Amino acid sequence: MKNKEYDFGQKGTSRPMRGPGAHRMRIVEKPKDFKGTWLKLLKYSKKHIAAIILTLACAFFSTVLALIGPDRISKLTSIIEKGMGVGIDMDAIYTVGITLVVIYALSATLSAVQGFVMATVTQSITKMLRRDISTKINRLPIWFYNNTTTGDILSRVTNDVDTIGHTLNMSVGNLISSVTLMVGSLIMMIFTDVIMTATAIISTIIGFVLMRLITKNSQKYFKRQQHWLGQLNGHIEEMYAGHTVMKAYNGEDEAKATFDEMNRTLRDSAFKAQSLSGLMMPLMTFIGNLGYVAVCIVGAVLVMYGHISFGVIVAFMMYIKFFTQPLSQIAQAVQSMQSAAAAGERVFEFLESEEMEDESHKNNTGFEVRGKVEFEHVEFGYENSDKIVIKDFSARALPGQKIAIVGPTGAGKTTMVNLLMRFHEIKNGDIKIDGVSIKDLTREQVHEQFCMVLQDTWLFEGTVRENLIYCTENVTDEQMIRACKAVGIDHFVRTLSKGYDTVLDDHVNLSQGQKQQLTIARAMIADKPMLILDEATSSVDTRTELVIQNAMDELMKNRTSFVIAHRLSTIKNADLILVLRDGDIVESGTHEQLLDKGGFYAELYNSQFEERE
Amino acid sequence: MFKLLGKFKKEDWAFTVLTIVLIVVQVWFDLKLPDYMKVVTSLVKTKQSTMNAILIAGGNMLLCALGSLLAQVATAICVSKIASNFSANLRGELFGKVQSFSMQEIGNFSTASLITRTTNDVTQVMMIIVMGLEVIVKAPIKALWAVFKIANTNWYWTYATLIAVGALVVIMLTCLSLATPKFKKLQKLTDNLNRVTRENLTGLRVVRAYNAEEYQEEKFEGANDELCRTHLFGTRVMSFMHPGTSLVNNGLTLAVYWIGAILISNAVNMADKLNLFSDMVVFVSYAMQVVMSFMSLIFVGNMLPRALVSAKRVNGVLDVKASIKDGEVSEIPEEHRGEIEFKNVSFKYPDAEDYVLENVSFSVRKGEKVAIIGATGCGKSTVVNLIPRFYDVTEGEVLVGGINVRNYAQKTLRNGIGYVSQRAILFSGTILSNVNYGSNGKDDADMADVISAVATAQATDFVEERVNKYEEYVAQGGMNLSGGQRQRISIARAVCRKPDIFIFDDSFSALDYKTDKALRRALDEKCKGATHVIVAQRIGTIRDADKIIVLDEGKVAGIGRHDQLMKNCEVYQNIALSQLSKEELA
Repeated sequence: MKNKEYDFGQKGTSRPMRGPGAHRMRIVEKPKDFKGTWLKLLKYSKKHIAAIILTLACAFFSTVLALIGPDRISKLTSIIEKGMGVGIDMDAIYTVGITLVVIYALSATLSAVQGFVMATVTQSITKMLRRDISTKINRLPIWFYNNTTTGDILSRVTNDVDTIGHTLNMSVGNLISSVTLMVGSLIMMIFTDVIMTATAIISTIIGFVLMRLITKNSQKYFKRQQHWLGQLNGHIEEMYAGHTVMKAYNGEDEAKATFDEMNRTLRDSAFKAQSLSGLMMPLMTFIGNLGYVAVCIVGAVLVMYGHISFGVIVAFMMYIKFFTQPLSQIAQAVQSMQSAAAAGERVFEFLESEEMEDESHKNNTGFEVRGKVEFEHVEFGYENSDKIVIKDFSARALPGQKIAIVGPTGAGKTTMVNLLMRFHEIKNGDIKIDGVSIKDLTREQVHEQFCMVLQDTWLFEGTVRENLIYCTENVTDEQMIRACKAVGIDHFVRTLSKGYDTVLDDHVNLSQGQKQQLTIARAMIADKPMLILDEATSSVDTRTELVIQNAMDELMKNRTSFVIAHRLSTIKNADLILVLRDGDIVESGTHEQLLDKGGFYAELYNSQFEERE
Repeated sequence: MFKLLGKFKKEDWAFTVLTIVLIVVQVWFDLKLPDYMKVVTSLVKTKQSTMNAILIAGGNMLLCALGSLLAQVATAICVSKIASNFSANLRGELFGKVQSFSMQEIGNFSTASLITRTTNDVTQVMMIIVMGLEVIVKAPIKALWAVFKIANTNWYWTYATLIAVGALVVIMLTCLSLATPKFKKLQKLTDNLNRVTRENLTGLRVVRAYNAEEYQEEKFEGANDELCRTHLFGTRVMSFMHPGTSLVNNGLTLAVYWIGAILISNAVNMADKLNLFSDMVVFVSYAMQVVMSFMSLIFVGNMLPRALVSAKRVNGVLDVKASIKDGEVSEIPEEHRGEIEFKNVSFKYPDAEDYVLENVSFSVRKGEKVAIIGATGCGKSTVVNLIPRFYDVTEGEVLVGGINVRNYAQKTLRNGIGYVSQRAILFSGTILSNVNYGSNGKDDADMADVISAVATAQATDFVEERVNKYEEYVAQGGMNLSGGQRQRISIARAVCRKPDIFIFDDSFSALDYKTDKALRRALDEKCKGATHVIVAQRIGTIRDADKIIVLDEGKVAGIGRHDQLMKNCEVYQNIALSQLSKEELA
């Protein structure tokens, strides 16, 4: 909300690439509690536990089958080898061949089933997570949002949930198959030949020690690259957004100099990081090759001495691949699971935040009001600070009266509205509607009493009709049009391409005033007994202002109204003016009374006309 | 894309050639490895071979592996060098280009899009270059070479390999062509989900006031459902790809051995049998190289279109010719400093039908205070944007200091102007660096100037309240300051330049009446000699101006002082009446 102007990149920016190339730049986020978060995630997916076990079993058996492959191929080789001199036993070849076909087909099927089911389970879980976050948004107290940005919550709904989904879909299954593959190939190797196994393991260890030595410091370079990329992007964003100022103040040279400096640093750190990450793949291949060569040489020697048959070498050439390949996959899966845990932590942190007090025990039936509102010694401070914003506030509004709240910025005007709507809970004192404390009502009941029009007009992407009727039930077209006529927007709406069914999006250009008119009409359609109005400041032009003024007057008729006032006319004909300053009511009374008094209000009021000669 | 390759420097090309050579070397080593395997196989199968011969062949294999590793490492370094150099150059070029843009061109692209093009798209282009060199160059070389090597061994095996490659291509293309459109759609659906969530979050109070929680949740559920369904289809399709390709690979291995068994059993003499046997063992290695090359080519091919879009978007910026050309006058005539004149100025946006301004003429003398007033959208901001030449007029001319603004070097023109925009824009840094921003062609402002400018802008109180005073940190966009504070700092920035002409484009809107009044009084006192052009919404702000220009739908509806306009300008009267009651105006 606060970040509106700099909120670029929500739309249309592409996300980081996956697939080849994705291994290049990555910084792994470390979760605080890896195990705990995964347990939570598992508990959360309780419903799908059977399906998850099924997929893991599929992954396991598919891998086991794949492992039997080399053994059979080795047998095949042996048969051929044996038959070289005397003629090959084609029947045996046929049997082994068919076995292999079956094994491969079964393995592929199991693997496909695993992928298919896991995809389904993953989507179901991510969908549930998103839904829960969305529901949670409306169950959290308003003050929660003072400490979080919109972007932060959005990133939990999309990025974090995506990360979890991606990990569930790819990495969990991968991890199982990789571990199975590695352990399985190890077992198969040991059974086939111990010396060869030792050769394979030693060569792999040597390879990994080499790799470790070289890439130990690579994270440092990634972080540095990421840091400078962030810095540079920040600078670009800032300069593009402030283009006019940069131009008007001849700041081009300064901006370009900063940019060049950052760009150069980024180039150098990117070179280092990219080179290092470019080493990873070749090194992995080398480890594979190293094992391959070692197995071939040692195997050849052993064959020479007649310890093993040639088929063993052939089998080991595959086992060694099976043995080294999963290492990088396991590393990747673990990394991915760590990122998912970090994302899960954020998601669960949000889902576990303390909700508003449960009100299901209250009687939530209709509550007819006449419109008397009393503030009794209200004291309020924000939930997470000791500072008192409203001190000992008392006032009374009679049915149909118009109460204007005035005062300088930061005096607590908006806070009053928030308290009245029970967006925040008061610390001491009481607010009563027709003699009933709002604490004894449910929040829904309180909300039902007030139309609310805020300074920030809030419209969403949808048709004009949807925006106007919103969630009010049983609204006829006639009622809707009557409201629009009353606020003077009917004619404009009819000029739109599809009238009331025009979709309001980026292509429809509404002025600030028209947006105001629409929100006023929406309040009018909702037709509630009382009114809270936060008048718009100077953002509309004067003619529109007149129209809106009339619309608001129309809305205030016969309703007890609380108006955060910026306009003279509102202030002047109010039944009661409350002058706020630093959370205190410093003065109250009608316009004339307050002017005569010559206090803070008079000073505030007169400051508008200082230019009068 | 090829156009962008034209931006390669000599050095880059040298590295590219080197990279290709290195790739060839690497492929040579990779394909040499199975050859030695063949040697080892024959040695093992031949009774009279010595241990030494096997070890030599083994040593050669190790050398090949090592050679391949070194070539790959060298390739990686070269590619990184090219990629980091190229992207840095490209980014620099883009940044420079955008700096030269006028508001016109910025508007055509939108700021957000320009940012994406300079950051994300450059990264994407860099990725294609990396992939291009590592995969697009390497894969065909490897595949062709491997095919060439195995083509001679035996046609049956080669056919098996070709069939496998064919099957692979079919499987991968089917999966990718089914899933890719869905994945493309995902971005849009995610945006949609984001939008609905954002809506709920920004309208939190409204949602609750209307008890509309369920309404919002239903909407979210709709977006969520569609996203998940699309995603599900894509991932389900993709879940067949891996099993499919490994089935083909395994099948190929089996086929080679099976065919080998038949061939060997049909062979007549022992030497042929032995030869076929060792061929068979290494053939699998070669065949896998071919298959893998095809797989990586398909993957890259699938990603290429997106990257090419990025390349196009980058070119889109670089190809723009700046519409505003610098003039040559580098000195504002001393005797006319501070004077502004509009002569029959009309303005419209290039593709628009309607004029924003039509036939606007007025002149301002040095030290005068001019106000421009009118309804939203009547062209007030456009008028003031023409003075620092953010746009060029469509017809007529704008003179500053008696000279057409087109004839000035832009820097000279803007040195004389202190422009304050409607929305206060601050840069990250300190309060000092913001007030002292840019250059005015004269000496840099010193601390005393800054302090005095801040005082004029009525910002001293809150600045000196801060722990670090003038060195206080300012976050990006000035987000750690309130709207009013930002506005005052941006006014101080203009004051600090000591310009001949001040332009305030509705710059007092975030200030309360009292501060507004004090600020304008201070401006009148401290910047007396300078010309003031003020765009305003409120009569109260401008009623003491020397000249008020009333705009109505892009045309001048009246020029004069407050009292005169009250008598003879209906538009002005309407504005005034809506703001102040009759007796207050009297």
